[in-house]
Amino acid sequence: MNPQSELKLQMYRTMLRIRRFEEKLVELKARASIPGLLHLYIGEEATATGVCAALLPNDFITSTHRGHGHCIAKGGEISRMMAELFGRITGYCKGKGGSMHIANLELGILGANGIVGAGMPIAGGAGLSIKMRGTDQVVACFFGDGATNQGAFHESLNMAALWKLPVIYICENNQYAISVAQNRSTSIKDVYMRKDAYGIHGCMVDGNDVMAVYEAAQDAARRARNGEGPTLLECKTYRWRGHYEGEADRTYTYRTAEEIEGWKKGCPIERFRKKLLEEKAFVQEDFDRINLEVKQEIEEAIRFAEDSPFPEPEDALKGLYAA
Amino acid sequence: MREITFADALIEALTEEMRHDERVFIMGEDVGRFGMIYLARPQLWEEFGDERVRDTPISENAIVGFALGAAITGMRPVADIMFCDLMAVAMDQIVNQAAKVRYMFGGDIKVPLVIHSSLGGMRCAAAQHSQSLESWFTHVPGLKVAIPSTPSDAKGLLKAAIRDDNPVLFFGHQQLMHMKGPVPEEETLIPFGMADIKREGRDVTVVTYSMMVHKALEAGEELEKQDIHIEVIDLRTLNPWDKKAILKSVEKTGRLLIVHQATTTSGFGAEIAATVAREGFEFLIAPIRRLGGLDVPVPFSPELENFVVPNEQKIIEEVISMVGE
Ligand SMILES: Cc1ncc(C[n+]2csc(CCOP(=O)(O)OP(=O)(O)O)c2C)c(N)n1
Ligand SMILES: [Mg+2]
Repeated sequence: MNPQSELKLQMYRTMLRIRRFEEKLVELKARASIPGLLHLYIGEEATATGVCAALLPNDFITSTHRGHGHCIAKGGEISRMMAELFGRITGYCKGKGGSMHIANLELGILGANGIVGAGMPIAGGAGLSIKMRGTDQVVACFFGDGATNQGAFHESLNMAALWKLPVIYICENNQYAISVAQNRSTSIKDVYMRKDAYGIHGCMVDGNDVMAVYEAAQDAARRARNGEGPTLLECKTYRWRGHYEGEADRTYTYRTAEEIEGWKKGCPIERFRKKLLEEKAFVQEDFDRINLEVKQEIEEAIRFAEDSPFPEPEDALKGLYAA
Repeated sequence: MREITFADALIEALTEEMRHDERVFIMGEDVGRFGMIYLARPQLWEEFGDERVRDTPISENAIVGFALGAAITGMRPVADIMFCDLMAVAMDQIVNQAAKVRYMFGGDIKVPLVIHSSLGGMRCAAAQHSQSLESWFTHVPGLKVAIPSTPSDAKGLLKAAIRDDNPVLFFGHQQLMHMKGPVPEEETLIPFGMADIKREGRDVTVVTYSMMVHKALEAGEELEKQDIHIEVIDLRTLNPWDKKAILKSVEKTGRLLIVHQATTTSGFGAEIAATVAREGFEFLIAPIRRLGGLDVPVPFSPELENFVVPNEQKIIEEVISMVGE
């Protein structure tokens, strides 16, 4: 297989791993088998997948409350994520973080974040460190449309632009911040237009077209590595589930059933599969095989999580300060 | 008396105050048509509309700052910050601005501002959505702090807060929102600085507030079976706080245990302990004790979270050990 095709199949697999992982979580949460808050990424898989495909293993990301997709796309192991969500000692944060706080420095994952917008300055700081250490890494900073109305957005983009830092700011514009539609929280239509306020590059792509996201992220990464500074990349997408699992907007107070159904019809994974079939790059059996492998991977992850011990209560007191 | 939930009591207080005074309005994230957060219900938005039930962008610093600006120019805003953890984003407007403008500008300006938030977690929401940060605000002169434990206290205190001409921080506990309790139908305002004795007893004074009042009451039931009688004092407001009620109780019991969910070190319990050690020293027959959250961020895994947060069992153990001293 040529490298380009291999990459495409890899991206298909990544999207599917995110989707199946989270579908499993839907089920587990409905049965109250896992604790805590879950913000699901279903419907937005192409964005994390496309961006992270353009990154190298030692590049960094900062993530959000809706972070499972970012983590998987950046190389996170589903088993250790699952264990974390089950509150087990074998999880990425030893059971201390949970869904909203998965981090792993070895994978360059500088942390999912429960505070909207809080990853943006941290990503800027990682960019500063890259510059000061003289490496050619980049930082991909994920955040939602809602986060662009935080002061942290302005402060971070301004400083990153000023110091020409290698940061890609990726706005995952799923058009809502909980119940507040984007047009009720800002008077500009396209977030990427804010690039002009900072004198930086920026563009908008269909966030459900994984190849478009990948290409835009590649451009941004190239510029960042060349010392040309940050990019503001807006990916238009849509969240299928409630803001969190259990959000019961059964009366459709803030979005309509038709709108949700319309976006489901444009499923980013299905779209990509069809496109690859049309390109005659792959046959259906390739996808069937991946489906099966992913299914097994999820089952193994559940087993791993269930078989792992909980931390001891006293472990709560460990790990606060470095020795 | 009819029983309603803590959350409904807050909505009643808001509705009454908004009907009573046109200058009262509420702003915050998702308070509008969705109304699914702690301080909102769709019916509020249906009655008062977008103008007075204002959805905002995710901009906590601006939410508090805009509310402050409106407060000093003729309005009486209630700003909602979904979780107290998120108040960290708005600290300048709370601490350097709202708390200071009256005094610093010579004492003529009124600041009729309420900042409502929720705290306490206990739902595996981990380190950034489970804190109890009330004592950050008792440390800043110029702010008032209310932290009720029952629906009727919540209603009476929120109404009083809205009518107060000073900035008030009002904290509801996330675990209490669905708890029901009797609330009088007739208008009641509860003045700040008045503790409520939620249980009488002769052996140990347990001073607490918010969720821990209920844990202390449960402990009280259990302890009674062992013929140990605790007096549970619910402070209800932390600034001002009811020193007199505590001293009076300690005079009777001779023992003081302070319980709060907030981490122990530099928690509000330290303030109470220091005050009683000085002003009630002759009443004490045992050292004052504090039972607070353990000094770590709140961990995610359920057993870990349980371990760091006080509960009725820990209160019982503490009381038994004090009585045995
Ligand atoms: C500073 C801050 N304010 C508010 C919240 C509560 N909150 C959590 S997620 C969210 C909406 C975020 O919207 P967006 O950035 O568009 O991300 P999305 O959830 O749509 O992925 C809000 C208001 C928070 N966690 N942090
Ligand atoms: Mg959004």
